[in-house]
Amino acid sequence: MAKPKIATTSLAGCFGCHMSILDIDERLVDLIEVIDFDKSPIDDIKTFTDRCAVGLVEGGCANEENVDVLRSFREYCDILVALGGCAINGDIPSLRNTVPLEECIREAYFDGPSVYNPDGVIPNDKELPLLLDKVYPCSEVVKIDYSIPGCPPHAEAIWIVLNALLKGEPIEIPYEYMRYD
Amino acid sequence: MSSDPRKGVKDICSRVANDRTRLMDVVRDVQATYGCVNDDAIDLIAEHLSMHRVEVEGVVTFYAFLGEEKKGDVVIRVCDDVIDEFKGSDQVVRAFCRELKIKIGETTPDGRISLDSTPCIGMSDQAPAALINDTVITSLDACRAREIVQALKKGSAPESLVTTLGDGNNSDALIGAMVNNNIRCRGEVIFAPFADGVAIEKSLAMRPAEVIRDIKTSRLRGRGGAGFPTGMKWDFTRQADGERKFVLCNGDEGEPGTFKDRVILTECPGLMFEGMTVAGYAIGAETGILYLRGEYAYLRKWLESELEKRRSQGLLGPSVCGKDGFNFDIRIQMGAGAYVCGEETSLISSCEGQRGDPKTRPPFPAQRGYLGYPTTVNNVETFCCAARILDKGAGWFAKLGSDESPGTKLLSVSGDCRTPGVFEVPFGISVREVLGLVGASNAIAVQIGGPAGEMVGPDGFDRAIGYEDLGTGGSVMVFGPGRDMLRIASRFMDFFIDESCGYCTPCRVGNVLIRERLDIIRDGRGAPEDLDYLQELCETVKVCSRCGLGQTSPNPVLTTLKNFRNQYESRVHAAAPGLRSSFDIRAALAAGEDIAGRPSEHF
Amino acid sequence: MSETITFTIDGVEVQGAPGQTILEAADAAGVYIPRLCKGEGLAPRTSCRVCTVMVNGRPQTACSYPISDGMVVENETEELMTFRKNIIDMLFIEGNHYCMFCEASGRCELQALAYRFGINAPKYPFMYPKRELDTSHPDVYIERNRCILCGRCVNASRDEDGKGIFEFIGRGSEKKIAVDSSRGLSGTDAAAADKAVEACPVGSLLPKHRGYDIPVGRRAYDAAPIGSDIERHRKERNNE
Ligand SMILES: Cc1cc2nc3c(=O)[nH]c(=O)nc-3n(C[C@H](O)[C@H](O)[C@H](O)COP(=O)(O)O)c2cc1C
Ligand code: SF4
Ligand code: SF4
Ligand code: FES
Repeated sequence: MAKPKIATTSLAGCFGCHMSILDIDERLVDLIEVIDFDKSPIDDIKTFTDRCAVGLVEGGCANEENVDVLRSFREYCDILVALGGCAINGDIPSLRNTVPLEECIREAYFDGPSVYNPDGVIPNDKELPLLLDKVYPCSEVVKIDYSIPGCPPHAEAIWIVLNALLKGEPIEIPYEYMRYD
Repeated sequence: MSSDPRKGVKDICSRVANDRTRLMDVVRDVQATYGCVNDDAIDLIAEHLSMHRVEVEGVVTFYAFLGEEKKGDVVIRVCDDVIDEFKGSDQVVRAFCRELKIKIGETTPDGRISLDSTPCIGMSDQAPAALINDTVITSLDACRAREIVQALKKGSAPESLVTTLGDGNNSDALIGAMVNNNIRCRGEVIFAPFADGVAIEKSLAMRPAEVIRDIKTSRLRGRGGAGFPTGMKWDFTRQADGERKFVLCNGDEGEPGTFKDRVILTECPGLMFEGMTVAGYAIGAETGILYLRGEYAYLRKWLESELEKRRSQGLLGPSVCGKDGFNFDIRIQMGAGAYVCGEETSLISSCEGQRGDPKTRPPFPAQRGYLGYPTTVNNVETFCCAARILDKGAGWFAKLGSDESPGTKLLSVSGDCRTPGVFEVPFGISVREVLGLVGASNAIAVQIGGPAGEMVGPDGFDRAIGYEDLGTGGSVMVFGPGRDMLRIASRFMDFFIDESCGYCTPCRVGNVLIRERLDIIRDGRGAPEDLDYLQELCETVKVCSRCGLGQTSPNPVLTTLKNFRNQYESRVHAAAPGLRSSFDIRAALAAGEDIAGRPSEHF
Repeated sequence: MSETITFTIDGVEVQGAPGQTILEAADAAGVYIPRLCKGEGLAPRTSCRVCTVMVNGRPQTACSYPISDGMVVENETEELMTFRKNIIDMLFIEGNHYCMFCEASGRCELQALAYRFGINAPKYPFMYPKRELDTSHPDVYIERNRCILCGRCVNASRDEDGKGIFEFIGRGSEKKIAVDSSRGLSGTDAAAADKAVEACPVGSLLPKHRGYDIPVGRRAYDAAPIGSDIERHRKERNNE
């Protein structure tokens, strides 16, 4: 029987949650005995090759590309997991949510104290994804089946949740791994 | 206008003897004199009344008619109730905006005229209506709005905009309003003739406990909406320990679609004052307070003169009707635009010069109310009933109406019907009979009891109006063919969101969430599971909120979910795989596309 | 008075003294009822509604409702647990709670309640309100993004500190905590040692210069859920 597949991605996040995945440490070896990674920065597969049992999404949606990737995760993954604070509520990137987009850009390219932009350009290449008006938590964009809180989540929490999901068992994060910070 | 605010504010404070519990009077006067209660005024008031400035600021920012920012000399407040909307208030607002060249919430550049919207001002039977300072303008249209602005720009005083006077006492010089009573049905309890003093005389011939016994025998229940047995409330207040006791009359009448108390205040305030006096005797109080909503300020002079008349007749003041030891007088406390102040403990907070937050219960007002003393709070109509009961007898009253709801009830009927107005009908009357009376045979829905009540569809038209089934403070809003139940529910939620005091979590946050999801469904972007989401959210707010506002605010959604479920089901769609239908990617991208000057590559 | 009052919480008999609230009696009996706006030693405000219980079938706030003989209190029913979770969710989405850089993280009662209730993610959409920070005072600051409008600081400043520095202004969703000066906290006689500062259950009213003084793992709620101390009491007694 083919091993179930897992996909992971980082949207508007800092890859900290992926670091936490790696923090599963030597048990990663046990993990790849029973699963294959599909689209994921861990194996550098860029596009889905197959349906996945579980998708782990780090980060919220700050731009159109994030939304596009999230949509494909929803399409290809049976169970979609919001991994970490940014995916759940936008977290650090969403600090901009109380400021209009235009002002954010002005601050980033003109007014910020550390800006050096003598030509006064705002990068605007077609390759650059357009920004959304604010950073959206994943659950507002697509249906999310499960969330693992934490900034980043504890490796143990990820391990426990993944195991439970793969075995189809009820998920419960033990108190000591339940955290928002 | 006093030129020196230091002196002006000082004078205003000294008018209430620097009594901090009279803060409402002070801030209302400062607002009227200076168009705002600004930082400096707040400091001065705090100094004179010996209180913290932040307490004064808390009060000023609580009430819609008060504010720290300067308003124009003339403030136009257009009623934005759903009934007014259906009668065309949108066009009226547009006309005002166009003529004044400002938006709602703004003031003309010369600082003279401000434009605002306001929830139901108690004129739903003559909508669209507006308040211009204290003057009520009814039956507005765009054309009239234009004329009004032209007149105001020429310097006309708001009072001079009233060209035709209304019916009954509305045309009395002391009222001088274009408001109509529209009394369509007169019953035996409220609108029958009454000789001032008879109920007091009969009461004074009895012991206070016997007066309460009579009220209990009549089985009178409160007319303000909750239907608490009045005799019991008076008895609790009488029995409670307290050096002083108080009688409060709830004239806040803020429930959208209710205007019957306005008609009582205009046509038979004597009956109401008589009832308050009887209550004062029964519970052992020397002071009564009529809390009059700010919107009804145009009735104040009239009511003051009625009080004065009663004093001169010996019906108020020391030794009422010559009875040694029974001294009783009544003062009027003006509100300043806050629906929640109709809730009895908020009303007390407001009378005490505080933010209109409800109080924690227990203790109930009967135990610890105004200034901590035992207090009975009753509706305007309840006091009228009490006076009539003392005059005509408890047995007579108990035979009127239905078994569980004795007596008559004033209904304020508005909306899609031929004869909106006030109807005094026996309790127990069916919705269908009411629709017959008001000429609304084609109604598709009736909101009984205002937004906090129940939206009833045709299969409920045989239900009875009374505490046994459809309890109501008197608001009956009729909706004819083509009206959208979800739109109405959404507007009612707007009302509750605006009027929530914000004290407790479920009401402050939950109502916003309810409206948000409701609007997504209205927009056709909802999913079937949203109905369960709404149901659970509504129940959380209903069960956990601190006062009657939050405990009833989800009703527009809960009762339409129950009685008009198909209107929801037909608008929700099972989500296609992919993006949530509630997520609007186009809206989310609009600003980004605009700034980059190119369309999205992905969407 | 020495008489005792006997009533039940979730079917279990509990005894208390006259004048006690349900919360006080429950605490003494080792039954935890969640609470937020009720501060230790402060008068109940009954604003958060997290302590809602059913008393003889009607909702009441445990922090304020007096006990009486024979009273039937329901606490951990499925319905009430759902409502409480919903209220905690509302407090999160109403503000801007960034736990990862909040100095109160680990000792915050809102966060601790969410952990206790096993809330991985709030079910409601976030509001991302714009709120003001007041850093004008040398020793104390207000970070309104985290204020849950509980009013504990209002009571503590008025009744314990005797200063009356805090009060709410605005109403409805515009309601916010304010201070007794048009110049912000620096215009008041607030001090880091004020009971009001200690009373804030979240990271909204904080002393400056404290930072992240307690390492992760040793903070108030790192090891055991909020309410464990109250429940421990009961376990110990049962083992006697
Ligand atoms: C939000 C809210 C608004 C209310 N407004 C009014 C009102 O305008 N007039 C009124 O008589 N009762 C109003 N009530 C009901 C009062 O709390 C109280 O029950 C009533 O005044 C008692 O008088 P009654 O027993 O004579 O009805 C309101 C209640 C709530 C919760
Ligand atoms: S339910 Fe709560 S927030 Fe709403 S008006 Fe009452 S006390 Fe205020
Ligand atoms: S500052 Fe803290 S104590 Fe004060 S109301 Fe806000 S959360 Fe409560
Ligand atoms: S703790 Fe009881 S209402 Fe907040």
